[in-house]
Amino acid sequence: MIRLEGLTKRFGNNTVLASIDLQIEAGERIVVIGPSGTGKSTLLRCINFLDRPDAGIISIGDLTVDAARATRKDILALRRRTAFVFQNYSLFANKTARENITEALVTVHGQSRAQAEARADTILGETGLSDKAGSYPAALSGGQQQRVGIGRAMALDADLMLFDEPTSALDPEWVGEVLDLMRRVAESRQTMLIVTHEMQFAREIAHRVIFMEGGRIVEQGRPEAIFDDPQDQRTRDFLRRVT
Amino acid sequence: MRALDLEYMLGLVPVILGYVPLTLAMASVSMVLALIIASLLAVERVVRVPVLDRLVVLFISFFRGTPLLVQLFLFYYGLPQVFSVLTQINGVTAAIMGLTLHFSAYMAESIRAAIVGVDRSQWEASQAVGMTQIQMMRRIILPQAARVAAPTLVNYFIDMIKGTSLAFTLGVTEMMGATQKEAAGSFLYFEAFVVVAILYWIIVEALSFVQRLLEERLNKAYAR
Repeated sequence: MIRLEGLTKRFGNNTVLASIDLQIEAGERIVVIGPSGTGKSTLLRCINFLDRPDAGIISIGDLTVDAARATRKDILALRRRTAFVFQNYSLFANKTARENITEALVTVHGQSRAQAEARADTILGETGLSDKAGSYPAALSGGQQQRVGIGRAMALDADLMLFDEPTSALDPEWVGEVLDLMRRVAESRQTMLIVTHEMQFAREIAHRVIFMEGGRIVEQGRPEAIFDDPQDQRTRDFLRRVT
Repeated sequence: MRALDLEYMLGLVPVILGYVPLTLAMASVSMVLALIIASLLAVERVVRVPVLDRLVVLFISFFRGTPLLVQLFLFYYGLPQVFSVLTQINGVTAAIMGLTLHFSAYMAESIRAAIVGVDRSQWEASQAVGMTQIQMMRRIILPQAARVAAPTLVNYFIDMIKGTSLAFTLGVTEMMGATQKEAAGSFLYFEAFVVVAILYWIIVEALSFVQRLLEERLNKAYAR
């Protein structure tokens, strides 16, 4: 189980996350929606300390980290229990598709090269990229790069996979293949926390939808409840604008 | 104007060529050591370890701010007077020390700039998969910075090869020292120095060719 308590982040005087509380069950898929600039990405980035939260507790399984007192070791431990899929893919530019997947397995998790490569080849197969194993990111389409990005995250067998608007930077023609792959990840009962603007996809994949605005969770519930019968005026306004 | 003594010049070529290995050895050893030191200095400049950062800034400032020749004299003639352990230092060692420290200061700055220029996404991706700072630098950031810094670093290597000629002022008989001796015997200074100039030139041109191959290799990952 994953638990966030009072997670708070300020940039200067601007409070981007205002004491977020959230519990995520193992295998649960949560989609976070809301207007831009309301802290959705920051929420994800604070969980693995890409942005350092100012206060709050993050606990993943038996690991509990107090943000205000987090040591370098705590931060590494959190990062090693989570996997992150970036909006702009952020593949290692000096590594092939296959090496992007094996890199952390070998360097961070101490697997043997053979073991890591076997895993990478399985994942490349699942992501439909076996023929691109030796290609560098620069030679891949946006959709292919993001599939490698997801593959890299899958390989980590993380307790929590974080998706930060994984299709927002993609040309429309590549969105479908990336969402398909995310559906496949969902089938494996992977715990997922997804920020996205793909409302149809959210409705279909989420166990729970969270609507955020102004650094707060305004409303949350089953997708049907949020999309078909939103209670808060702000949720209604937002959904009217985007659908 | 007198005619050039071509026969003398041709005869001089193999003599000076005999000293090319020493020149290249001094430059290569200095380059490898300078690269290691420069990378460490550059990483420190990016990470900024308190106190240490001040020392690194001072080091870079001194070795960039004073002439190479002054540094060589300081190492060879100066330091042994103060530190008796250094009285055994020979010209080649002093030259390698001077070249290494002098060029590591310059190279540190271009490596630092290349590191800072590596896209933010690469740092974040390394962090997100749980790499330590050292793993991130070694596996992701430095290899990408190397590609950006390579042309400048090869330029410094070229400068270094030519800089080895200063070792002759420390009594080292390398290409320049050998030429100087030959010329002093024959009095054909013009011929002798034209020959050595051309030999340096050829070496540098050969290196420029290697540079192109190196850049192609480093750019391989980025071809569309």
